[in-house]
Amino acid sequence: MNSHTVERVQSASTQIPDQRGRFGEFGGRFVPETLTRALVELESAYAAARKDPTFHVELNELLKRFVGRPSPLYHAQRLTKLAGGAQIWFKREDLNHTGAHKINNTLGQALLTLRMGKKRVIAETGAGQHGVATATACAHFGLPCVVYMGAEDVRRQKPNVFSMRLMGAEVRPVTSGSKTLRDAVNEAMRDWMASVENTHYIIGSVIGPHPFPMMVRDFQSVIGREARAQCQETFHRLPDTVVACVGGGSNAAGMFFPFIEDASVRLIGVEAGGRSSSSGEHAAPLSLGTPGVLHGSYSYVMQDRDGQTSPVHSISAGLDYPGVGPEHSYWKDSGRVEYTFCRDDDALATFDKVARNEGILPALESCHAVAKAIEIAGTMNAEQNLLICLSGRGDKDAAEIARLKGQDY
Amino acid sequence: MSVIDERFADLRASGRKAFIPFITAGDPSLDMTGRLLLRLSQCGAAIAEVGIPYSDPIADGPVIQASYTRALEAGIKLEDIFATIARVVPQVKMPIVSMVSYAIVNRLGPQRYVEDAQRCGFSGAIVPDLLVEEGDELREICRQRDFSLIHLVTPTTPRQRMLRIAECSTGFIYFVSVTGITGERTELPQELYEQVAWLRERTEIPICIGFGISRVEHVRQLAPVADGLIVGSAIVRKFVEANDPEVALAQVDELARALIGAMG
Repeated sequence: MNSHTVERVQSASTQIPDQRGRFGEFGGRFVPETLTRALVELESAYAAARKDPTFHVELNELLKRFVGRPSPLYHAQRLTKLAGGAQIWFKREDLNHTGAHKINNTLGQALLTLRMGKKRVIAETGAGQHGVATATACAHFGLPCVVYMGAEDVRRQKPNVFSMRLMGAEVRPVTSGSKTLRDAVNEAMRDWMASVENTHYIIGSVIGPHPFPMMVRDFQSVIGREARAQCQETFHRLPDTVVACVGGGSNAAGMFFPFIEDASVRLIGVEAGGRSSSSGEHAAPLSLGTPGVLHGSYSYVMQDRDGQTSPVHSISAGLDYPGVGPEHSYWKDSGRVEYTFCRDDDALATFDKVARNEGILPALESCHAVAKAIEIAGTMNAEQNLLICLSGRGDKDAAEIARLKGQDY
Repeated sequence: MSVIDERFADLRASGRKAFIPFITAGDPSLDMTGRLLLRLSQCGAAIAEVGIPYSDPIADGPVIQASYTRALEAGIKLEDIFATIARVVPQVKMPIVSMVSYAIVNRLGPQRYVEDAQRCGFSGAIVPDLLVEEGDELREICRQRDFSLIHLVTPTTPRQRMLRIAECSTGFIYFVSVTGITGERTELPQELYEQVAWLRERTEIPICIGFGISRVEHVRQLAPVADGLIVGSAIVRKFVEANDPEVALAQVDELARALIGAMG
């Protein structure tokens, strides 16, 4: 690490975003005027909740008794042997209620919805994990819930669609554009524009206009805070390397944030490399995109020469998104976090590897992180520790995996 | 004084209101966009808004969003739109402003967007996803070139903020009539008149009302309190409903004349 990089690492601090919601040059608020009042209201409601001990007590109680936190830190010993280097550890977000990290955020935002006195919740979902987590939080609190989901994702993630409906949520398939997560976000924002007086939009990732990226990161930071303490308790120091997958980037932001000021900890985000690096064949804006405006913030995005959002592809619905949270863009440009990508077939092969060696079915999203982590662990020594955010479980992917393998489900 | 300022000065001097149609560039074709602008100018439109198709238009309703999708699927590029406008501008008697997402402005760079748009004949821009807080750079560039930058005010905008938006706008203010997205409504809210009247007393800049205006009754109600009325989805919809673009063109002509007539 040269001195220039050291300096930039130090500049990537936890003291952001600024008043305007800017992470360096990224973030901000690029939305229609209609949403301004709701965003200002949300910003002040969140600022008040953040300072209110009863809010934290309530949220922590839910995380403990309803979600099952803290999620365990698990030593993946057979994968460690297979990789032949660093000790590999999983932060088991797959063991949370509803099967992924998404519930950490939806419970926080559902509590805020109640504090703001709003009577209805909307959400977007890609893989369906955030949709299920939102439907769950809403059922818990008795809030009506509408989830927008791309029609293509409705097909790919049937079990999650069914779960949402079982918990009383209305799932609205979105047939515009690419029929995936990006279009679901557009539809949810449109709904919010017309319903902003009585509705809160529980956004599912560290994306969107300020204060969403900061707020979702804060709610997800429970992942990194717990993991940090568990590492110190289990092997008495910080991990050498931390790896997480990045779609919108919420599990990665939550995992990385508590380590940002620990310069000794190498942080690696893994995007969806898809089939190839050609435009339209992947979903890796940090690795292969350019800064631009999408869904209310300025961040890396896949776009054409005119600023039109480009089509993206990933085997995993949860990573199939052309944008990324603005804080990741800031971490990338400041050099604090390294970003790379993993191809579809490597993720798929890793699914089998984790299933057979550890007895865990990981979400295809998480497989992207595990695939890169195994590679990186191989270059490290046995005294070192590598921590992976295992962001979700793979039950939801079983049918799609069977289809890809040409097997019966 | 910009072209748009002059247009409103003329209208005010003669006690008239501005009819401002919105059309999507390239839907159903750029050729038709050119012909529509000519026809609307002949009908007596004071200013025209041309929507630059964008892939992720969160501010627009289903009718305009679908028109953007059709135009993009037909492969319409920004340079083709600019070329069409450059060809049409000498033939029309009204200023034309672009309705454009900041995603597109940012991609070209604000300086280049304004230069290119102005060179081809646009007189201003409405950037519906650019709040005044994020607009300093673009505002300065527009000011230097006398290119109007029209900001939006909505029914949820607090009054102090309305004044700030009025100060930041040039050309006119786009007053959004309802909370929500663009589209046609059957009724317009009563508070709208009070809000517009309140702002009217506190700023000199022309106020034009848009979002949801599609009928002669709307125009009769709103024309007295505003400097102009913006009609979008009702026009774009004609091209969806009529299978034949020639039929749609004739219907738009009829609608425009009826609405202008209702302005008194």
